[in-house]
Amino acid sequence: MDLFSPKKGADIILARFKDPASLLHAAEKVRETGYSKFDCHSPFPIHGMDQAMGLKRSPVGYVVGCMGATGLVSAMVFMWWTSAVDYPLVISGKPFFSWQAYIPVAFAITILLSAFGAVLGMLGFNKLPRLHHPLFNSEQFSAVSDNGFFVSIEGEDKKYDEAQTSKFLESIGGTNIEVIKDL
Amino acid sequence: MKFNDSTYTVTDSGSLGRIALVLGILGLAASAYGYTSDHGQFFHSWMVSFVFWLTVGLGALFFTLIHYLANARWSVVLRRFSEAVGLTLPLMALFFIPILFGMHDLFHWSHEEVVASDHLLSGKASYLNSGFFIIRSVGYFVIWGLVSWLLYAKSGQQEQGHSEKWLSSVRRISAPGIILFAVTITFASFDWLMSLDPHWYSTIFGVYIFSGALLGFLAFAIILNRFVYSQNILRGIITDNHYHDLGKLMFGFIIFWAYMGFSQYFLIWYANIPEETVWFLDRWVGSWKDFSLLLIFGHFAVPFVLLLTRWSKRSPIMLPLVALLLLVMHWVDLYWLVFPSYTPDGVHLSWQDAASLIGIGGIFVWFVWGRYTSRPLIPIKDPDLGTSVRHTN
Repeated sequence: MDLFSPKKGADIILARFKDPASLLHAAEKVRETGYSKFDCHSPFPIHGMDQAMGLKRSPVGYVVGCMGATGLVSAMVFMWWTSAVDYPLVISGKPFFSWQAYIPVAFAITILLSAFGAVLGMLGFNKLPRLHHPLFNSEQFSAVSDNGFFVSIEGEDKKYDEAQTSKFLESIGGTNIEVIKDL
Repeated sequence: MKFNDSTYTVTDSGSLGRIALVLGILGLAASAYGYTSDHGQFFHSWMVSFVFWLTVGLGALFFTLIHYLANARWSVVLRRFSEAVGLTLPLMALFFIPILFGMHDLFHWSHEEVVASDHLLSGKASYLNSGFFIIRSVGYFVIWGLVSWLLYAKSGQQEQGHSEKWLSSVRRISAPGIILFAVTITFASFDWLMSLDPHWYSTIFGVYIFSGALLGFLAFAIILNRFVYSQNILRGIITDNHYHDLGKLMFGFIIFWAYMGFSQYFLIWYANIPEETVWFLDRWVGSWKDFSLLLIFGHFAVPFVLLLTRWSKRSPIMLPLVALLLLVMHWVDLYWLVFPSYTPDGVHLSWQDAASLIGIGGIFVWFVWGRYTSRPLIPIKDPDLGTSVRHTN
């Protein structure tokens, strides 16, 4: 788990850009140059950033779909088992397996499990919860919640090289280049 | 078709309107012949076709109303279209006239001797009587006509210049308009469709009709706008993102329709009171059972699965295909509501069903196309137009 023992050792290079447009272009350049483990940080969502960074569509939908299907099937099977197999009881003269009566419950369980799938899947794919990230070791990074636009490239990236990557970030308009050591 | 790219006006509206008009006149003529040969069949076919096209118009009116009330921006490029479709509501009053003449064929409760010998119907007689029925029907058309015409005319005034005053004036129409819409569509569906089986009642019936109506409009809008797109018009204005949102709305209302249909069925099934269950029993006899199953799968399960993915909602082929399926299913739904009281032993499709559907539909499409192309296809003075064009999701 990332929660209490984050992986040590990998450095991160941080560069600051002056506005959303330059951050967007920087993201495009970083992707085009071949970096894959990088991230962009801004105080607000920027339109077109997903495409600029070359992000794939989130796989959360598949988790939700599977969880929903599981909810639907398990609810129907469980109600069938309780009321038609394990303890059959005649209720208002209807058949033991009265699927009509199960639909509201099955619907609700489908929604419930889908919602669990959506929330937990989102947290899982984002590797959350996580109490600390090396980026917080940077003094300037606190500006990200105010007026700072940053690109960070992680040391785990195949193309990563401290000197070259720093120079590259500077060449595409980055300022305040900072190598963040994971303490 | 010729289109002016700078004013967004159509200079030559092409042959669609003419073809629709010719088909419409032919259909109406065939229907008129059908009246002379079998008027019971004629009135029931007419009722299905009339409500089919009426609900497309009502869905459009709702779309315009909710657009203003929700302060929607994405749908600005579609507003002129929904206004033009909504403007068919005064026209539909014309097609309602045959139903007034067919009251005795359509509605049991319009026969005084039947009411006198029927305890339930005499109890309902203060509401279900011919005079009050006609007054109510006229009232619905006055309200729909007024609201849709005001919205259409106001939208044209925007070309003279958009202002805060303009915006508040359309909102002042829309807020009471949507309340009136809810009341009138509920009671109109009670009067025209539910009272075909006057012993039966369901309070959710109006919402059921509304859900189908909006689906009908969304499907119609997708198909006709794709046609406009195929003529090289409004490309880059109405984009995949707008179709994606129309698809999402359609997907949502497929579920809403099923939800309403199931809620109606579920309570009646659970309570098992004969005077209520008989309505569903009528629709589970002979070939009506196939129609009921066709609705469950064709109106819900199949389009639900087909529209599940992002790809299909953005596809220029898949989405119009599902829209076409839903238009067909909307017709099946209305047929399923109307005809069991006329042919209780099973489904007997008649050429008159097609004749009146094409007859009213031809005039409907001709009218919509004429209104839509008579003005700029998008509200060029709307301050949110740019936001709408750039809309992404």
